[in-house]
Amino acid sequence: MITRLGSWIGKHLMLTLGILVLIYMYVPNMIVALMSFNDSSQSRNLYTFQAFTWDNWLNPCEPQGMCEALQVSISIGLLSTIVATTIGTLAAFALVRHRFEGRSTMNLMLFLPMATPEIVMGSSLLALFVAAGFGGQLGFWTILIAHIMFNISFVVVTVRSRLAGLDSNLEKAASDLYANEWQTFWRVTFPLVFPGILAAALLAFSLSFDDFIITNLNSGTTVTFPMFVWGAAQRAIPMQVNVIGTLMFIIALAIVIAGEVMSRRRAKGKAAAF
Amino acid sequence: MSLADGVRGDLKLTGLHKRYPNGFVAVQSLDLVIPQGSFFALLGPSGCGKTTTLRMVAGLEDVTKGSIHIGEQDITTAKPYKRPVNTVFQNYALFPHLTIAENVAFGPKRRGVKDPKGSVKEILALTELTEQANKKPAQLSGGQQQRVALARALINRPDVLLLDEPLGALDLKLRRAMQIELKRIQEEVGLTFVHVTHDQEEAMTMADTVAVMNEGRIEQLGAPYELYTNPHTTFVANFLGRTNLIKGTVLGREGSGADEVVKVDMHGTVASIKASRVHTDAKEGWVGIRPEKVLIQPEGQAIDAPGAALSGAVVVDVSYIGVSTDYVLRMPWGQEITCFEQNTGRRGGLIPVGTKVDVSWRPEFAFLLDSAQDAEAGIVEED
Repeated sequence: MITRLGSWIGKHLMLTLGILVLIYMYVPNMIVALMSFNDSSQSRNLYTFQAFTWDNWLNPCEPQGMCEALQVSISIGLLSTIVATTIGTLAAFALVRHRFEGRSTMNLMLFLPMATPEIVMGSSLLALFVAAGFGGQLGFWTILIAHIMFNISFVVVTVRSRLAGLDSNLEKAASDLYANEWQTFWRVTFPLVFPGILAAALLAFSLSFDDFIITNLNSGTTVTFPMFVWGAAQRAIPMQVNVIGTLMFIIALAIVIAGEVMSRRRAKGKAAAF
Repeated sequence: MSLADGVRGDLKLTGLHKRYPNGFVAVQSLDLVIPQGSFFALLGPSGCGKTTTLRMVAGLEDVTKGSIHIGEQDITTAKPYKRPVNTVFQNYALFPHLTIAENVAFGPKRRGVKDPKGSVKEILALTELTEQANKKPAQLSGGQQQRVALARALINRPDVLLLDEPLGALDLKLRRAMQIELKRIQEEVGLTFVHVTHDQEEAMTMADTVAVMNEGRIEQLGAPYELYTNPHTTFVANFLGRTNLIKGTVLGREGSGADEVVKVDMHGTVASIKASRVHTDAKEGWVGIRPEKVLIQPEGQAIDAPGAALSGAVVVDVSYIGVSTDYVLRMPWGQEITCFEQNTGRRGGLIPVGTKVDVSWRPEFAFLLDSAQDAEAGIVEED
């Protein structure tokens, strides 16, 4: 029996390893999903599963301040994503399509914020805000400024790589086929670069939603969702945090699956003739 | 179809000059008239300026000096999308996110054709792509993609269709098939085709007129037969097929009119070359003769050519190719020349290596070139 199991594993070594890696990656998410159904009122030990309940899902905003914090995080996430994606995409086009003085310096300087430790960037920003006289106004707007700042680098890098892989002959072909600059951009360039822009936007949102260190240093009295979780963890994490965590995971999963389905359908060429 | 049906006329390049910002001059004062409806080839090695010329006509490259006209219309500075010109790109440049039908309909739609379905169907039938209409470019073979690129340009019925090495990415067999196909389509639609290629055989089989380009200039322009049989420079002689160039000293002229010949002394043997085939005024020159025009016989046997024969040559290499045999001969002065002989069976075998042979040719096939030119110019490795 054991030898048979051994030979099966031997034959399916790659598959086995793959499954193990996937389990390793997804167990935390599963635990979070499970704990979102935990009835914590039964016991003081919050980290063990006590009894099944729908309560957490039915009253997600019960813990005081959590949904307000969530709202702040989502607002900052969306705003910083829109602004950073716009600026970053334009910058990526400039860097790939035009040769200008200081282009390589610009490339390096865009990369630096990604390599800078967050704690350094966060404290520098705080020093800057205080020096500029905004020490008393730390909050939503200073967090937003900080998030836009670090998101731009990630957007530029993501969009740039997509754009660099785009054959510039396609745009020449479009203009050869009577498309003016505007039509060339919207009919050819944008549809082909769009997956890159979308990926950059998703990355920007999750980076912003996630950020703790820079945010914590520049938030004043404003509380974002990660800060709320951190604060709550000092005492006892409300089970509703798991509800939010599971929801975010499901949304991310849905976006990835939708993207996959769309690209498969595109690859199969099922689109109508006109 | 207002844009395409508007002007029509010859494509005229006048003093066309292209200098890149880094100082490289790709095209030097090119003057060229390409008649409407002709199949014209720009032939030359890579870097000779043929693609730059094409891109200037398409509007994808700025013109440094000179002008481009189609008929009476000056298009020198017109935006690419305002020119009645379409291009078949070297790598096809098909839009990967659109279906074949959408790719083909791209041009008509931009020009405001409300419902291009009918003409799309027609052009897909002409290029045998009806079955592929709803597929994406990535699902097609190289030959099919090539035809899509052609269909996408042809549907607009441009005044001039530019083809930039359109068959370069195809394998040899497909290339031969597409050469015939392209020629057929050109005859069917009757548009002006300007074909850029480095493949001399491709240019010669397809084009009515070939311009041989070298270092930004046109070396010679003419029908394939004219270019091959009477090249004006060593570059053209070597780039189109192969040639033997033998050093000669001009002795003088004889006769007049069509019978005028130039007498040339080649290492002691005197040859007569028709005056219309002499392209130098200097005292010295290269006597050129194509390998298949070279006639050989073992020493002392009669050669089917009038005039004196060069004697004392030795066969140093024999390659039997089936339809023909290639001989390499060493001349008494050390030079090696080649001779292609059809295997008609008259000889009843091959001439073995080491045999002493006499060499001659019919005088009307020889030509005389400027000895200041490099005898090796334009020699290319077979690909």
